[in-house]
Amino acid sequence: MKKLITLGLTAAMVASLTACGGNGGDATTAAAGGDATTAAAGGDTTTAAGGASADNSGAGAEGAFKIGVIGPLTGPAAAYGIAVQNGADLAVKEINAAGGANGVMLEMNAQDDEHDPQKSVNAYNTLKDWGAQAIVGSTTSDPCIAVAAETSNDNMFQITPSGSAVECVAPENVFRVCFADPDQGTASAVYIGENKLATKIAVIYDSSTTYSSGIREAFVKEAANQGLEVVADEAFTADNATDFSVQLDKAKEAGAELVFLPIYYQEASVILKQASDKDFAPIFFGCDGMDGILTVKNFDTALAEGLMLLTPFSTTEESSKAFTEAYVAAYGIEPNQFAADSYDAVYAIKAALEKSGVAADADFSTVCDAFKTAMTEITIDGLTGEGMTWNAAGEPDKAPKAVKIVNGVYEMQ
Amino acid sequence: MSFLSYLISGISLGSIYAIIALGYTMVYGIARMLNFAHGDIIMVGGFAIFTMVSTLGMAPMVGILTAIVVCTVLGVTIEFVAYRPLRGASSLAVLITAIGVSYLLQNLALLIFGSNARQFTSVVTVPGLKLAGGRLSISGETIVTIVVCIVIMAGLTGFINKTKVGQAMLAVSEDRGAATLMGINVNRTIAITFAIGSALAAIAGALLCSTYPSLTPYTGSMPGIKAFVAAVFGGIGSIPGALIGGIILGVVENLSKAYISSQLSDAIVFSLLIIILLVRPTGILGKKINEKV
Repeated sequence: MKKLITLGLTAAMVASLTACGGNGGDATTAAAGGDATTAAAGGDTTTAAGGASADNSGAGAEGAFKIGVIGPLTGPAAAYGIAVQNGADLAVKEINAAGGANGVMLEMNAQDDEHDPQKSVNAYNTLKDWGAQAIVGSTTSDPCIAVAAETSNDNMFQITPSGSAVECVAPENVFRVCFADPDQGTASAVYIGENKLATKIAVIYDSSTTYSSGIREAFVKEAANQGLEVVADEAFTADNATDFSVQLDKAKEAGAELVFLPIYYQEASVILKQASDKDFAPIFFGCDGMDGILTVKNFDTALAEGLMLLTPFSTTEESSKAFTEAYVAAYGIEPNQFAADSYDAVYAIKAALEKSGVAADADFSTVCDAFKTAMTEITIDGLTGEGMTWNAAGEPDKAPKAVKIVNGVYEMQ
Repeated sequence: MSFLSYLISGISLGSIYAIIALGYTMVYGIARMLNFAHGDIIMVGGFAIFTMVSTLGMAPMVGILTAIVVCTVLGVTIEFVAYRPLRGASSLAVLITAIGVSYLLQNLALLIFGSNARQFTSVVTVPGLKLAGGRLSISGETIVTIVVCIVIMAGLTGFINKTKVGQAMLAVSEDRGAATLMGINVNRTIAITFAIGSALAAIAGALLCSTYPSLTPYTGSMPGIKAFVAAVFGGIGSIPGALIGGIILGVVENLSKAYISSQLSDAIVFSLLIIILLVRPTGILGKKINEKV
């Protein structure tokens, strides 16, 4: 009997170890471990890499410049990946319809990574075999860090639409369209302080992801400078991401007027539900990971009423009208900022292609060397910012914006 | 006041663990095997309810009954197909088969429902309570969970001690060989155990998803592991042990989240398990059994 229990406990511990293994802080652990949910499933699922790939857009494949797109097309973060795929697809089609980049047609191929670092690397290898010359991806931070380590070894140009962890762009060959985590955290604190939204703040963050803890750290630091008081600073982990009653109780007890949620929309949807059950109605404020909350299946969007989030893109803006219309016509849903980020990423590649004048059939290493310089010289009027530029570290320079959900749609603040 | 609120939500969480732990403990007590697929049966129950209530628009009660039927049939089928042929095999083979069944269920759910999370509409219609001038609010889900847990415990204890089938279960758990000699159909008794355990899993699924409204193919795996811990904690094979183990686990988890660290709560829970097992290797209410050589 004892033996059997020992055996069972060992199995349980192994299971919980694999479940906790993911979401490591730095590149090596992130590459080694899986994300909690996918690791629990083990191995490849039916929808794993290669399950969904976008067709190439327009013109014949001969002589086209090949762009590989990586993101979670299925799984808990699918809203991000699908938006990235669609945004890139739309940009490629538009560019090709307008005669390409200096006459060079673009071709894209999107691979699923299920928001899992290992699967993301697999997706990258698939794209490399396909002949990708530049990568738009990965969409989420931990997979992006893992892929960046690979592209850096290979010298493949990579631009992530939305990988916001600091380490995502650590290698020289990686650039990003979105803000880095600390910048989002700092910008959120500044925004809340300057607009006097609240003075007593509670933070609920996911201590098992780089994304969430990165933003939270910068937020807490900047909050002090803005005269904001962090009255509750609560964490959860991927294994505990369904029960937030204690965290919410603590925030409520502490009299928080605003709850800062630097987390992904999936958990946020549960938090909003549980807060409403508790009659706790502070201002909820999120970052770009909150984008997608209105797409959760069976989610009562009334719960998200008044939710604010820092996002560089809103469909209600004048400058994004044309994009939104084309996007809705093509994919049947409203674009979110991930779609806009990846749309801008493809345009950045186009601009870099034109600026550097690199040949369309150049090998990826040559392309990468040319793009590294070209990226710092281009300026783009993108959906996510006017006059966007990049520095050699790979960080974009643009102004942050905030939106509020009013009557189920984003309203620019 | 906040302490009371944490305590109550801890008891509610613990009640769910206890109901799940019952499934582990009964199957272990009677069939001497660890059914690791138990957590995933909860998930199947959750999806059954979601499909009936949110997709097909049925009444919540119809959804729960459907889930109970689906899970019972599933549990008995799994026992018949995967575990019964291994009745004489080593416990390691059965354990690995159970883990295999668990992955099979998760991946089937992934295939059918996809891995996108769904927001689960609560099947509980009982209104919440507001005490102490609104400072202490107890949700309807919490009340129902605790009540259901007590009812199940009482019902099950009565069933085992008072009915023939229950007595047969006790006999099989005491000594399978002797039970066979007494004319008890061991296979049928084990199948009934699986049926009851799986029906409880369906109820646990309804309560779990109503209280923590998020449903994915992996929903059952972590609560399943924690409930297994609760079962071992209380003394595996013992029904009151499952209740005590589950509630202690839920309360410790919530209080450590509240007063020590919301990051370390799992580490604290599992350390407690290690300490208890060092002091009492058979769990709090486990019987001390001298193994025969």
